[in-house]
Amino acid sequence: MKNCEYQQIDPRALSVSPMSAQSGAAEEVRPVQPSRRKWEVFPGKNRFFCDGRIIVARQSGVLPLTLGLIVVTCGLFFAFDFTDPGILPRATPEEAADIEKQIDTSGSSTYRPPPRTKEILINQQVVKLKYCFTCKMFRPPRTSHCSLCDNCVERFDHHCPWVGNCVGKRNYRFFYSFIISLSFLTSFIFGCVVTHITLREYPHNVLKKIKGSWSSKRCTEETGNPYSYNNIITNCCVTLCGPMPPSLIDRRGVVPLSEASPAASATEVELPPFLAKNDSNMCTRSTKDVLERMFRSFYSGALCPPGTPKTARVGVEVSGSTTSSAERSPSAGCSRQHARRPVAAPCPPPFSRSSKKRDSLRSSNPAFRLASPSPSLSRTTLILGEGPDIGVIPIP
Amino acid sequence: MRQQAAIAAKVFIQRDYTNGTVCQFQTKFPFELESRIDKQQFEETVQTLNNLYAEAEKLGSQSYIEGCLACLTAYIIFLCMETHYEKVLKKIAKYIQEQNDKIYAPRGLLLTDPVERGLRVIEVTIFEERGQTR
Repeated sequence: MKNCEYQQIDPRALSVSPMSAQSGAAEEVRPVQPSRRKWEVFPGKNRFFCDGRIIVARQSGVLPLTLGLIVVTCGLFFAFDFTDPGILPRATPEEAADIEKQIDTSGSSTYRPPPRTKEILINQQVVKLKYCFTCKMFRPPRTSHCSLCDNCVERFDHHCPWVGNCVGKRNYRFFYSFIISLSFLTSFIFGCVVTHITLREYPHNVLKKIKGSWSSKRCTEETGNPYSYNNIITNCCVTLCGPMPPSLIDRRGVVPLSEASPAASATEVELPPFLAKNDSNMCTRSTKDVLERMFRSFYSGALCPPGTPKTARVGVEVSGSTTSSAERSPSAGCSRQHARRPVAAPCPPPFSRSSKKRDSLRSSNPAFRLASPSPSLSRTTLILGEGPDIGVIPIP
Repeated sequence: MRQQAAIAAKVFIQRDYTNGTVCQFQTKFPFELESRIDKQQFEETVQTLNNLYAEAEKLGSQSYIEGCLACLTAYIIFLCMETHYEKVLKKIAKYIQEQNDKIYAPRGLLLTDPVERGLRVIEVTIFEERGQTR
């Protein structure tokens, strides 16, 4: 999955658009990007298939197991349901006549003679073979006539009404495997249902327990649901038959081409100032929110979170500068100096080439995560610190 | 060489269940064929058929591998692959064809593949002899 390559917010660019265009153009190596679908630049952690039609979470969890169980159970069902269980074809008239001849019947053919049996020895044991009047033959051992299907079936087990087919010699293995996989699937589904019902019934309780902030047994919020329609039928109808909201992420939409987008990072999203839509807007918004929060926390005298010096280090590292000077900065040095240190360039090229670095940074540095939810934040902070007349938002 | 002849009679060799439900046919020589064919010859034919069916239903490593492989592939492999039983049935069909051509047809007899009769009987059709000299 391609991550959203955030374009750092350059306040200078925001106010003076030609500059950004120029700088972008100056940095631009490649011509205008080919059009891309929005799912390709989606910032979330989802994975997309079939050109954006199918969306799944990054971690599939036990989905393969569930799918496998369902597919196998269905497959076995079809295997045993729609196959010949081992039907014996009826005797030809000549055969029947021959059998009749072999058995001495004193009576005439006008009435049905009493049921005939034939005794044979199977492995030194006497077994009676019955004569089937419908199929006109002596049934082989373990063969039974199914009245529903009106057939003699070899090794007849039973006629399954749920499926509408007999279970016999040829499909017994499919039936047996089907029953076993169905048992697994049922217990799996039961587990799912119990979990979901528990979550549904006591969402506050369960979630609070998970988060470890269990305060009261019976939450007062439980008594009143502000979202209810006060009628059980209405509630059900709204949930099950209410209007289907459309997808808001426009997965298969085409990313608008932008001449200002820096070419070095192929997946950069165009960022028209304050007028961006959809995901670029999301990127901007979330980054700006965090910036604001940090700004406020800094000026409210909040202590630097323990990991932030690392952030500075990391941020600087991203830009390609030496890290040693950054490491020297104490926590008190939530200073603008580091932010102001000349970094490679305000523009994306440093960031784009370190895509792998970025990922590793994100994954390996919890402090980084704490400080900034997105990789662009540190870069953003850096850039801002560099701005001469901009209100400095240094790395805390 | 088979002549176009009227069917005089049909003889049915029944299944032999003394060894269970395995597909075996009685090797007892039917009296109707006494005038047509050697007892030895006939019994040899039936015995060979019995052996072939035993091979088809044999419980060996091959059958287990086939069964397990089929199970693991959710029996889809049966769409692509012929089972061992089916292969042996083809062999049996070929054998019966040979026997008919070489031995039985010249004697005015015809063996019918048991698979066409639900593996219940070996049907031997006796044609009327019309002055045929051997």
